[in-house]
Amino acid sequence: MAEKEAKKLSLWSANARGWHVDAFWMFLSLVIVLVLWEALVAVFGFPAHLLPRPLAVVYSVIDHWGTIVENAGDTTVAVMLGYVLAVVFAVPIAILIVISPQVERLLYPPLVATQSIPKIALAPLFIVWFGFGLETKVAVTFLICFFPIVVDTIVGLRSIDPSLIQLARSMGAPSSRVFLKLRLPGALPSMFGGLKVASALAVVGALTGEYIASDSGLGYILLSASGEMNTALLFGVLIVLSVLAMIFFYAIELLEKLLIPWHVSQRSHAQ
Amino acid sequence: MPADIIQTSASTSSKSADALIEIDGVGKTFTGQDGENIIALEDTDLKIGRGEFLSIVGPSGCGKSTLLNLVAGLLETTRGEIRIDGEQVNGPYTDLGFAFQSDLLLDWRTVLRNVLLQCDMRGMDSKQHTGRARKLLKSVGLEGFEDKRPFELSGGMRQRVALCRALLLDPPMLLMDEPFGALDALTREQMQSDLLDMWQETQKTVLFITHSISEAVYLSDRIVVMSARPGKVREIIDVDIDRPRDLSVRDSAEFGAIVHRVRLLFQEMGVIH
Repeated sequence: MAEKEAKKLSLWSANARGWHVDAFWMFLSLVIVLVLWEALVAVFGFPAHLLPRPLAVVYSVIDHWGTIVENAGDTTVAVMLGYVLAVVFAVPIAILIVISPQVERLLYPPLVATQSIPKIALAPLFIVWFGFGLETKVAVTFLICFFPIVVDTIVGLRSIDPSLIQLARSMGAPSSRVFLKLRLPGALPSMFGGLKVASALAVVGALTGEYIASDSGLGYILLSASGEMNTALLFGVLIVLSVLAMIFFYAIELLEKLLIPWHVSQRSHAQ
Repeated sequence: MPADIIQTSASTSSKSADALIEIDGVGKTFTGQDGENIIALEDTDLKIGRGEFLSIVGPSGCGKSTLLNLVAGLLETTRGEIRIDGEQVNGPYTDLGFAFQSDLLLDWRTVLRNVLLQCDMRGMDSKQHTGRARKLLKSVGLEGFEDKRPFELSGGMRQRVALCRALLLDPPMLLMDEPFGALDALTREQMQSDLLDMWQETQKTVLFITHSISEAVYLSDRIVVMSARPGKVREIIDVDIDRPRDLSVRDSAEFGAIVHRVRLLFQEMGVIH
């Protein structure tokens, strides 16, 4: 018992040390970027509408804080809805495709076909279907997230060692049990690959939706700031946006750490 | 070479009088993707006695693994039939332990839970077998490793866990498909002598596939030498070396003679030049 606790502790401190080191380097690179940025403006004397000083960006974010928070909320809702819907549909479809060759033949070609159309090209159609606002944003997000999740889930489910199935069958396991206890857990690492790619794409999807069919959200603020040549606000919103996207990505990564601590990709700190 | 030690037997060894596994005129043909028929196994007759340790050696593509899968009922025979305990194998035969070259341990399960996979796959209550699982792990020197993950173990330790998994429900027979093929030479020798000890103690019937001639001679009562394309029994060789055997047996003249005999067969088949 005591040994177990000690192991846990040492694991924890290894993680904690990793975290501090990461934070330090992140802070350092941020400082370097800011200093270079300030120096660039000072030395070359760029006008504020091309490249505002870092401080002007900070002030702009503070000035527009209420609006930014409100619209960031709208964007987040679109990202979440589109993403969750994509997961809810993509995973079962991937499972069906792996289980049944008929379903694969039926669904895979149209799936690939929709993927070959650039998502932005479908946006005008979505406006006709869903109108101006949240629904269109969610639809674009859904569509852009869907494919990577399907593909990586399929790859994960298929990558089971054939000998393992042989072993399970020699133990008399029905295929449902093989699926639940062997195939599915074995597919999780690959599935998380798709979920992480999709988490980054989800933000792109929501922004695309906001550019074309919305009067709210960070994408809309970006457009209007651009129209007003308010470059400081543009930079501010971009920074807020990237922070949002990072939080989302790391949330998925945290979920991955919790669900598959046993996988190779998660062991670096433990060893 | 003393010829009297090495004799080629028909399928009438002393042990095969009470045969556990009877392979009777079995053939297996696969249909390839281009519709072409591939004969994996042809006209195979073999009787494996209760408690016998039988090895199968042969070049790649001689149908060794196919034969094992046919015995386990994981594949259907194209011709002939296989009987275990007098009953025809029809569908997966589950009263056995299977071991492969890859240990097939699940990364997301602890060592103990990997051994207990045997129960989970059969829909049995694993709690009742936890005690035996721990005892088995202890017997192979893995006490204290029960809660470790497979990735924390060496290759030899992992293969021991796989062996415990195969033995959990005390099956009367073991099918082993090159179980030590991926281990380093020293670990391999240790595993061989551990397997022999286990076999000596439990008298299980073992069907053992290997590429290593000396491994086959060291472990077996009889060695089945197979030829490839199509897979066929070329010869069955009795290994009349006293038991229990230890590693020093390998230096004896009779051991060398049998190894030589098998190697000659491979040379005749053109597998070794």
